[in-house]
Amino acid sequence: MEEIFERVKSIIVDRLGVEEGEVTMDASIKDDLGADSLDIMDLVLELETEFKMEISDEQAEKISTVGDVVNFIKSNQ
Amino acid sequence: MRSVGIIGTGAFLPEKVLTNKDLEKMVNTSDEWIVSRTGIRERRIASDDQACSDLATEAGRRALESAGITADQLDLIIVATVTPDTMFPATACLVQERLQAEKAATFDLSAACSGFIYGIATASQFIATGIYRYVLVIGAECLSKIINWQDRNTCVLFGDGAGAAVLGPVETGGFLSFELGGDGSGGHLLQLPAGGSRLPASQETVEQGLHKLTMAGREVFKFAVRVMQRSAENALEKAGLSKEDIDFLVPHQANIRIIDSSLERLGLSRDKAVINLNRYGNMSSASIPVALDEAVRAGKITAGDTLVLVGFGAGLTWGSAVLKWSGVNGKQ
Ligand SMILES: CC(C)(COP(=O)(O)OP(=O)(O)OC[C@H]1O[C@@H](n2cnc3c(N)ncnc32)[C@H](O)[C@@H]1OP(=O)(O)O)[C@@H](O)C(=O)NCCC(=O)NCCS
Repeated sequence: MEEIFERVKSIIVDRLGVEEGEVTMDASIKDDLGADSLDIMDLVLELETEFKMEISDEQAEKISTVGDVVNFIKSNQ
Repeated sequence: MRSVGIIGTGAFLPEKVLTNKDLEKMVNTSDEWIVSRTGIRERRIASDDQACSDLATEAGRRALESAGITADQLDLIIVATVTPDTMFPATACLVQERLQAEKAATFDLSAACSGFIYGIATASQFIATGIYRYVLVIGAECLSKIINWQDRNTCVLFGDGAGAAVLGPVETGGFLSFELGGDGSGGHLLQLPAGGSRLPASQETVEQGLHKLTMAGREVFKFAVRVMQRSAENALEKAGLSKEDIDFLVPHQANIRIIDSSLERLGLSRDKAVINLNRYGNMSSASIPVALDEAVRAGKITAGDTLVLVGFGAGLTWGSAVLKWSGVNGKQ
């Protein structure tokens, strides 16, 4: 869990150009981290590569916080 | 096999400019949304009496001048387009007649936004093998004629224009590699549904708007980012080069966000990319040759530079070319 969070965090910091401290489990990717729909698609691509998995559009739609991402990866790996 | 390169370039853009502000009056959109999501600020629109061959002929004429050859020296004309004047005859035939390139063979090529790359890859085979000497490759589109101007998801993205290149044997430089690909399983993601033999034109197809472009934007976006990186890397590898060798990347101009994302993945900085989509939007097959022509005329690209051209689009199709710029023969 912790390890997944760290890997997700580093991708988010890299792709969205936000500070590490901002990336908490509760942070909303859109509202708190300022991602628009294309940033999220870019993030999804990066997560798919990093965790070697497929994330469908419908699944991506349901993800709102960093915690959602971590939980999604945990339960789909 | 002899070395083949681009020996002249030309472009032609219709006069009429359509800005984001103009679009705000047509659909529910905003300049801010369009600029932040696409990077596009304005695009050119062909007039009612302008068709694909009109733009293509002028771009071709300019490319011939830049190559320092005359139309009667052309052995082949390839027009890459998804918006030909008519289903047949080929637009290349119309261009041939207008340029008076009597000796030239003629055909159109359908590979959407990858069309120019497919075109130069095809043309260069004829020249490398000695079958032909000079080939004119034109990417020309009047996308405005197949856009649904009520659909804000697509109408903000596209524009009209034509770009051309004359290919011929070169002493130094030239093409180092090509990489082409296709994936028909994604054909439905970006298409013009009716007007072919599957759904011939009928009152129903017209009423249902099936003669207009349809697109699944999100899927196309993901495909584009992935394939741009992969295709460019494959072409570089075939050429025996690495990303450090690239002087300029001339990408298909679909969306600045696709370009930025791919640049990052390729480990290239923004100043390595030739970009014109802010002024023209996505002109499908014309985007790459117009960008190339402008960069050459502006003196940005000069002899000896290593270029990677990379396109992707409907089909799905993609393609890349690596070339060392040989310089143009004639006058710009
Ligand atoms: C077209 C594209 C910019 C749309 O971006 P997107 O983030 O996928 O947009 P979405 O369709 O998810 O829409 C996001 C929001 O913006 C809105 N929107 C879409 N188009 C809009 C426009 N022109 N103006 C204002 N808002 C718009 C949507 O309605 C949606 O609103 P909502 O969140 O309230 O529902 C993007 O998908 C893209 O560039 N795809 C690739 C297209 C391409 O390059 N095609 C040619 C390849 S050769």
